[in-house]
Amino acid sequence: MVAPISTLTTRQTTRQTHMIKRAIALLLLFAVGTLFASLLLGYVPDSELNHTARYYAERTAGDVGAANIVTAIVVTYRGLDTLGEVTVLFISAAIVGLVLAQDRLPSDAPRQPRVPVSELLSTGSRALTPLILLLGVYVFVNGHLTPGGGFQGGAIVASGMLLLLLADPLKQFSHQLISVLESLSGLLFVGIGVLGVLLAGGFLDNRLLPIGTLGELFSAGVIPVIYSLIGLKVGAEFSSMLASLSETEET
Amino acid sequence: MISLAQMAMAAGFILILIGFYGALTQRNLLRMIVAFTIADTGVNIVLVAVGHMRGRTAPILDVAVPAADAVARVIDPVPQALVLTAIVIGLGVTALMLAYALKLHARKHTLDIAKMTELKW
Repeated sequence: MVAPISTLTTRQTTRQTHMIKRAIALLLLFAVGTLFASLLLGYVPDSELNHTARYYAERTAGDVGAANIVTAIVVTYRGLDTLGEVTVLFISAAIVGLVLAQDRLPSDAPRQPRVPVSELLSTGSRALTPLILLLGVYVFVNGHLTPGGGFQGGAIVASGMLLLLLADPLKQFSHQLISVLESLSGLLFVGIGVLGVLLAGGFLDNRLLPIGTLGELFSAGVIPVIYSLIGLKVGAEFSSMLASLSETEET
Repeated sequence: MISLAQMAMAAGFILILIGFYGALTQRNLLRMIVAFTIADTGVNIVLVAVGHMRGRTAPILDVAVPAADAVARVIDPVPQALVLTAIVIGLGVTALMLAYALKLHARKHTLDIAKMTELKW
């Protein structure tokens, strides 16, 4: 008789603690929500550009020559921050590889797909992957002219890799190729930045090459080069994360 | 009259709250990661909404927006550059969380956060 009662009470207490936890969470959310509501109700949109934005909007065409002002900010005005961002991404890709490395199957181990891949997916991936890669390259090469750039293009390239992995879960990407591509583009990115110190106005200055005419593909100095390198690097990093996650041994 | 920017901002704040709620109440690690990405998206929407200005267009110079009167025609480009960074970093953080979740699952054969008691006292 004793055992059922005690299990009943423990179940009751767990349910009670669960209720209390949920109530605390809701209370916390209510507090944060009131904070947000006061921010939202007191928000008055600007009618004029603020000082920083005005500087960028005025100077981009003359100084940088990029049609896309966001790209000018990301690659040239705040290029050092972008270098930091790329570094953070590199570190997280490296940690994903490191954390999952011990669980990785040896490349010659026999592996069986759980579910056979459908005809539609495997044929579709063969038709679409080259087009996706092409779109990715287009997006990062035209980063200074159109909405897009190295990060977006790199993500598109990696999504092509994801499609390949979905179509053939046992596919092995060459980790060596990925790491060579990644380190080479990273080194060239920093190298161009240092060349900017020596030959132009400062670190990551885009006026190493002529600025050219606004709106043309070969314009805005080294921005297309830097953004292509970033695109390759980001694509390689995302692909290596995907490869590490997919090659992990299932337990 | 509620402007587009205010609606987007409200949606972003609601997404942040949904994400926080999920992260606080869910016990499955994967669901917590999904909740974090939802909150992340909400933050990005709020940031982009702050940069929006009525009657102006995207900060890209072309025939419609000549460089000479860009100051009067474009919205604030700085939040957009910031969000571009935030999205990429968010993706890196998500990949890290997923890798740790995989590792924890390999070791403990569960994704229930209540079963991971090493740091509890």
